[in-house]
Amino acid sequence: MSLDTISLSGKKMEVSNKKMSFWESLYLVAIVKGLFITIRHLFTRKVTIKYPEQKRELSPVYRGQHMLKRDDQGRENCTACGLCAVACPAEAITMKAAERKPGEEHLYREEKYAEIYEINMLRCIFCGLCEEACPKDAIYLTETKVMVASASKREDFIYGKDRLVMPLEMALRNSKNKAS
Amino acid sequence: MKVTIDGQEIDVEPGTTILQAARMIGGEVVPPAMCYYSKLKGSGGKCRCCLVEVSKGSDADPRPMPKLVASCVTGCMDGMEVNSSASPRVEEARKSVTEFLLINHPLDCPVCDQAGECDLQNLSFQHGKSQTRFIEEKRTFEPEDIGEHIQLHMNRCILCQRCVQVADQLCDGRVHGVMNRGDHAQISTYITNAIDNEFSGNMIDVCPVGALTDKTFRFKSRVWFNKPYNAHRNCDKCCGKTTVWMFGDEIQRVTARKDEYHEVEDFICNTCRFDKKDVKDWVIEGPRKFEKFSVINRNKYALNAPKVEIKTEDQILLGRKEDQKKISMVKVPLNNTNGNSNS
Repeated sequence: MSLDTISLSGKKMEVSNKKMSFWESLYLVAIVKGLFITIRHLFTRKVTIKYPEQKRELSPVYRGQHMLKRDDQGRENCTACGLCAVACPAEAITMKAAERKPGEEHLYREEKYAEIYEINMLRCIFCGLCEEACPKDAIYLTETKVMVASASKREDFIYGKDRLVMPLEMALRNSKNKAS
Repeated sequence: MKVTIDGQEIDVEPGTTILQAARMIGGEVVPPAMCYYSKLKGSGGKCRCCLVEVSKGSDADPRPMPKLVASCVTGCMDGMEVNSSASPRVEEARKSVTEFLLINHPLDCPVCDQAGECDLQNLSFQHGKSQTRFIEEKRTFEPEDIGEHIQLHMNRCILCQRCVQVADQLCDGRVHGVMNRGDHAQISTYITNAIDNEFSGNMIDVCPVGALTDKTFRFKSRVWFNKPYNAHRNCDKCCGKTTVWMFGDEIQRVTARKDEYHEVEDFICNTCRFDKKDVKDWVIEGPRKFEKFSVINRNKYALNAPKVEIKTEDQILLGRKEDQKKISMVKVPLNNTNGNSNS
C-alpha cells in the first residue's frame, strides 16, 4: 500500500479537483439558491422583539433591578448589616449605617438602618448572592419587575436609596392585600 | 504528669487544668470556652461550654468520672485520659449548652457590632442548631447608659462575668458587677455610675458577645469592612501595643491584640483605645493576621498584588487627574481623616 492511500485517523479524504461545467462556472444557480434561503427566512417566525415597546414576559425567577423591601407597616427592613456587601462578588454594594433616633420607629424596623445604600449597576452582575445573604429579607431582585435601564452617564448607574427602596404605596398595598 | 486528651499524650506541670493542657496540644481537641480567660484570675466554670468526658481519672484511681466535667476548672491528674471533641457525649453536651446560652440571646447579629468576631456566633456556628425550641418570651432589660465610652446591651449578655473580673483585677474603684439573681441577674453599675476607670475599656475586649461594645465605634462599620493593622505607640499607662481597625485612612476602632483563643495579649488603657483615633498617633507595623476562614479576612490580601505597568501613553489608561470623579458615596469624602464628616 502506498503512503498516499494510508489513513491513520480514518478521516483522510481525497480532494476532488473536478472541473466546473460552464453553468456552474457562472455561479448563477448557486446565487439563486442562496437568495431562496434568504427569502424563506422572511416568512419564518421571528426570534427578536422590538424591545422598549414590546416586552417579554418575565420568568418568576428572573433577576432584575434590586428592591429594598419594607415590611407590612411600611418600615424599611434593611439594617445595614453588610452581609450583602461582603457576599457580593463584584463589590457593587456600599453602605453606611446610622442609628435610629427616637421618633423614627415608623420608618426603620431595627435600631440601626442604612443611611446610604448604593448599588453600582455597572458592577452588578445580577447573581443574586446579596438576596441569598440577606438575613432580614430586605433585598430582592425579583420584586421590581424591571430591568436596569441604560443611561449615558456613569453617575446614573449608582442607584441610591431613592431608587432602590420599595415605594411606600406599594408596601401599603401589599399589607392591604394581606389583610383582605 | 502525663495526660491523654483524645489520644494525644502531653506532659504538664501539676496544677494545670484540662483546658490548658488541651490548649498546649492545640487544634481540634481544644474545648470552646466562653467564660474562661487565661489572663483573668478566677475566671471559668460558669458557661459549661468546655465540658469534657474523663474516661480514666488517674493512674492511682482509674475509674471514669461519672459526669462530664468543666475542663477549665478541673485539674489534671497523672495518667488521666480525657475525651474532648472525639466523644459523642461531649458533642451532645456542647450542643445543649449552646442551646441554653442562646435561649435568652436576641437574634440581632445584623445590628450587633460584635458580629464577625463574636465567640457565641462561632460556638453556635459549630455546635448550634438552626432552629429553636424556645417559644417563650426572651428575657429583656431596660437599656442603660453606663458612660460615654462603653455601650451596654444587657439583652445580649450571657453572664460569663469576665467583665466583672476585669473590673476587679484591673480597675481601682470598681463600680459594676452582677446585680440580682437567677433569671434577673444582670451586669449593671451601682446606681447608674458611669464606668470611667482607666482600664475599664478592656471589658469590651473580654466580652465574648456584643453585650459590651465600643460606643465610639457604634454602627460605624462592620468588622469585616475594616482593615486591622498591628500598631503601637508610646504610652505611659499601658504597653501601647494594639490593633487598629482602619477604613481608608480613618482609624475607626482600636482594640488590644487578641490571640487564637480571642484572648488579649496585653490589656490596653482607655486613652489608647478611645482617644487616639488619628493615624499620626500610631506606628503601624503591618496587617494583622486572622484565621484563614474568618469573615474578617474576606476580601483582604496579605500580599500586595504587583501593579502591572503597561508602557503606553499614561493618559490613555489612567486618564487625566481632573477627569477622575468619585461617583459612589458622593457625600462621604474620600479622605476623611478628621472624622467629623463621617460621624
